[in-house]
Amino acid sequence: MNRHVYLDNNATTPLDPDVLAAFSDALARFGNPSSMHGFGREAASLVSDARAEAAAILGAEPGEITCTSGGTESNNTVLASFAPGIPATDGVILPPPGRDEIIVSAIEHPAILETAFALRDRFGMTVHLAPVDATGRIDLAAFERLVNDKTALVSVMLANNEIGTIQDLTAISAIAHKAGAFVHTDAVQAVGKIPVDVTTLGVDYLSASGHKIHGPKGIGILWMRRGVPFAPLMHGGHQEQGRRAGTVNAPAIAALGTACRIAREQLATEARRLAGLRDRLRAGIEERISDTSINGNPDFCLPNTLNMSFRAAEGESTLLYLDLENIAVSTGSACASGSLEPSHVLLACGRSAELAHGSIRFSLGRTTSDEDIEYVLDKLPPIMARIRSMSTLR
Amino acid sequence: MAENTSSWAYSDRVKEHFMNPRNVLSDEENFQEDGRGTVGSIQCGDEMLVLIKVADGRITDCRWRTYGCASAIASTSALSEMVKGMSLEDAAQITPKQILNYLHGLPDSKVHCSVLGDKALRAAIDDYRQRNGIVVEEKERPARIICDCIGVTDKDIMAAAKDGAVTWNELQQKTKIGTVCGKCKTHAMEVLDESLFEIHHETLKMHD
Repeated sequence: MNRHVYLDNNATTPLDPDVLAAFSDALARFGNPSSMHGFGREAASLVSDARAEAAAILGAEPGEITCTSGGTESNNTVLASFAPGIPATDGVILPPPGRDEIIVSAIEHPAILETAFALRDRFGMTVHLAPVDATGRIDLAAFERLVNDKTALVSVMLANNEIGTIQDLTAISAIAHKAGAFVHTDAVQAVGKIPVDVTTLGVDYLSASGHKIHGPKGIGILWMRRGVPFAPLMHGGHQEQGRRAGTVNAPAIAALGTACRIAREQLATEARRLAGLRDRLRAGIEERISDTSINGNPDFCLPNTLNMSFRAAEGESTLLYLDLENIAVSTGSACASGSLEPSHVLLACGRSAELAHGSIRFSLGRTTSDEDIEYVLDKLPPIMARIRSMSTLR
Repeated sequence: MAENTSSWAYSDRVKEHFMNPRNVLSDEENFQEDGRGTVGSIQCGDEMLVLIKVADGRITDCRWRTYGCASAIASTSALSEMVKGMSLEDAAQITPKQILNYLHGLPDSKVHCSVLGDKALRAAIDDYRQRNGIVVEEKERPARIICDCIGVTDKDIMAAAKDGAVTWNELQQKTKIGTVCGKCKTHAMEVLDESLFEIHHETLKMHD
């Protein structure tokens, strides 16, 4: 048997076969969606259908959807819209004056954290990091104290990529709006895994990504409520209603639309199935391996995500021994990141550096089977015993 | 998916030592060491323990344990093979570069892992000598560790200074010093200043 087990779906997901079919079909329809002739209209119709699907998975209107190159671009576009000194040109909606503070959670993805820090360094904006509790949930009382009449934007991820913790965006939005601030959520990890409805969440902006929902890389969604502050990041033609210049990536958008449709149709059953497999994996590991601990929140967690710390076993070694058994996971260890610092998410949750170095993330997906989980439960215990037998820690 | 045999994160030699580590200390064998050294810390993500047996001034056997990544495991395993049969004098002079060469290289971000192995060995040799009251008539005094996380010593800083490092960034590029917790920065810069002063002084003497 030559089994390959892919448990790194929060990093990226395999392309769904139906998405691949839609993708290659659309690639052959080469027309420019901005053209008025038949070739263009054919491509434009694919884009229009896909935009409707992207809107449907968010409970939004198609006209509120802008297609971008991915989650990172969507995030950059929103945050940069709040930079001071943007000229009030066509298509720009300026943020209210006198607000130069941004609040982001301490466990945001680098696509938010680094963007916020860049705005701080370039434009002198103030960035506040909202603290989280030991399970990664925003401390709402502390958050409320950070919000004031200088707050321009609050950006809090709907679900965390490393530990899967889901935030109470409805409450966060209410607090921010009361102070006159706008709210963005990076929902890259949440969309397709849990129900996402922009109205319920109460947010003003939302970012999502194609390749996290079995779509292609290089395509993402920016949803904006009408009339909120906005300045385009990309300048050029009038594509995407003037919000995002550049020839419309019709094939990737068509694939994204199919990915959104499948994710929406399968969401409820997949979420139940994956939560079952995830809980089986967790219970199996806890039965077989001592000295483990859970990172994240048991009540508010993505159904596909399990993040565990293994004492006395450095994460990169675990990852690479699993890789030799054709099992793909990820780790919050410094060694795997190239930065020499362990996961900022786990440190923000108050985990020790040792537990952060020893963390392993299992992120399940549509291709994960019962057999995959049993295979991991078979392979992981001897690997862990071996690493621990070599460890200086006992 | 393609087979996992090619384009691994590390060289084949590293992979081989990672898959089949040599001379790991087991609880059962009751290894009676003559010298023992530990370097690094769990907080920093790498910790190594090296035990040596010594006879007639040579290392006859070596055991180790490592908490760390694949390259940390492989480099300690490699070191344990390299030193067997070596005289204490030679073993004390093993450099990170020798370990790197033995492993056919490591990615830049991983070099600090192998840099720990020689420090742990050196600490084990010092421990052996101390246990046996051996005073080494070395021209050089033992190196002092300045950066605990990565195990960078004052001698490494001197070597970096001789290699042209004058700023903190340059020192970090050459030694990886302070790239984990950074607490050693002030101390390290003092040592760098002293090293630069010494180098400058030597140069002046040469011109006398």
